[in-house]
Amino acid sequence: MEDRLGMGGRWRVAILLLILTILTVPILIGYVWILISTFSQRTYGLIPVDASGQVGGLTLRNWSFLWEDPNIWKVTLNSLILAIGLTIGVVLVSSMAGYVLSRISFPGRRVFLGTTLVLHAFPSVTLLIAIFFVLRWISRIPILGRDLPIIGGFGYNTLGGVILVMLALQLPLGVWLMKGFFDHVSWDMERAALIDGCSRWRTWWQILLPQIRPGIAALAIFSFISGWNEFLIPYTYITDQQQSTIAAYLNKLLSDTAPVNYSQVAAVGLFQLIPVMLFFLFTQEYLLSIFAGGAKGGS
Amino acid sequence: MSESASTAQALEVGKARYPEEKASLRSLLSPLLFMAPAIVLVVVFFFIPVVIVLVISLTDMSTATGFNNWKWVQFDNYLRIATHPNTLPVLRNTLMYVALTLALFNVGMALVIALLTTHIPRRSGFLFRALWLLPRLTPSVVYIMMWKYVAADAPYGILNQHLLGPLGIPPTNWLPAQPWIFVILTNGFIGASFGMVIFTSAIESIPRDYMVAALVDGCSLWQRIRYLILPLLRWPLLFVTTYQTLSLLTSFEQILLLTEGQFGTEVWSLWAYQRALSNYWGNFQWGFGAALAAVLVLIGVVMALVYMRYFQFNQLVQEPKIEAL
Repeated sequence: MEDRLGMGGRWRVAILLLILTILTVPILIGYVWILISTFSQRTYGLIPVDASGQVGGLTLRNWSFLWEDPNIWKVTLNSLILAIGLTIGVVLVSSMAGYVLSRISFPGRRVFLGTTLVLHAFPSVTLLIAIFFVLRWISRIPILGRDLPIIGGFGYNTLGGVILVMLALQLPLGVWLMKGFFDHVSWDMERAALIDGCSRWRTWWQILLPQIRPGIAALAIFSFISGWNEFLIPYTYITDQQQSTIAAYLNKLLSDTAPVNYSQVAAVGLFQLIPVMLFFLFTQEYLLSIFAGGAKGGS
Repeated sequence: MSESASTAQALEVGKARYPEEKASLRSLLSPLLFMAPAIVLVVVFFFIPVVIVLVISLTDMSTATGFNNWKWVQFDNYLRIATHPNTLPVLRNTLMYVALTLALFNVGMALVIALLTTHIPRRSGFLFRALWLLPRLTPSVVYIMMWKYVAADAPYGILNQHLLGPLGIPPTNWLPAQPWIFVILTNGFIGASFGMVIFTSAIESIPRDYMVAALVDGCSLWQRIRYLILPLLRWPLLFVTTYQTLSLLTSFEQILLLTEGQFGTEVWSLWAYQRALSNYWGNFQWGFGAALAAVLVLIGVVMALVYMRYFQFNQLVQEPKIEAL
């Protein structure tokens, strides 16, 4: 089917496809290995082998961590709390700010938009050292610091603190993305609501938010995956095993001084990868659009 | 409608658009409440940290001094950086890492993938772009684990077993043997997707007329790329190059997971991180680490301002079309 201008003949398409496939192989190999390895005693390259090195040795034993190590469920729960907390926070804060920035003129609007735009390009990892001090100060605030249920507070060594840091670092992207989506919503319905005496809050919540569902979905998926995947920030700011996340748990397995059992580590890795893959399968289009939009600073 | 009437109407609309002069406290309250969480977060996690980095870089604060016994040392930390024996090798590493990853993958490979996937049937193109997005979405710890296994010594490593073994090359653990190849590959396969997405949308937005004209004139694929597509990609190319330079300069997560800076792969940002927040000796030198980070913060601020200036980000900040009621 000739669906592109200047695509050329069948042979040329075949050659281009071949080149692309060769370039993409290194990406695929890792995923193939992880899949094979989790069900094998060990692997020589991509070939599953048993203890004596003979081909075979398929097993389910690598997954025994699921029922033998109670820690895995603790860290999984923590990762889940982190991902969900981050998603709610990013969507709520960005859609509130995005709405006002898109619709209302107020002093400081340009300044804030300009600032977040600069921050969008600004490499936030360079601030990790300073954020360490900020989190330590937040820890000293009574109750809010380190005595909240579920997230443990917003200070150092708590899940809430990590959520807050990640939320702030994702804010520039989120605000611009939401502003872009609000910009494309027609103003008529909102004006009708406001004239009828609807407050700004109700207008935002009941009239506008339902209009930008695709934007919210894209931002939510992206935030969830970042929260679930994140390694560096929980690893840096959480020292307590009980508060640790699945990425940090996996890294600990990998950097153990004892010889690493790659097959078992692969199983934990696949365990962390599964939710991401499911999201990925069903939402690629959203995700490609967020990367295109996010890079250009919204819309 | 007569011209004067429409002008009068436009003026009236204009007046409604800019009600700032008569903005009452009440009308300001609701935007402020909407903005409050975002403003607080930006101040607490961007502005205050920038100040903290600069201030701490002027002290000798470390786990040895604690938070009470530190003192001001003026620019000693910066002088220490200037004379430190690691400074030159780390600087060289950083430049090599950024330049090679950028040229080979973040721009080079991104362009190749964008060009290839836009010249095959749409669905296949989409599939390949989705696959290239995969490394970016994979948890970094899992992703690096895959690469470690690719490089592992015989008989486990994929490279030794399936590619180099049959070619008769003696097996080894390739990560310590060729650390830079793997540092660049791991970062490159993640980094390429950013440019790929931007270049693809730029290529697909090239007007069809140009393409038709080129085809009518009998241009070959290569001629179309060279004389039509590449010139039109000038701005996206420049944008991706500068933007990714900054990202690479400050990203160290993959290197931390892959080598922890061993085998001579220490880069500037990782050096700052390890000095201040994570090292084997447990002596965290916040002052020195902050000075190292401050250098990057400075580069980041300058680069971000350059983007604002040259990529017309200002246009995006324009006033909303309708905002007053």
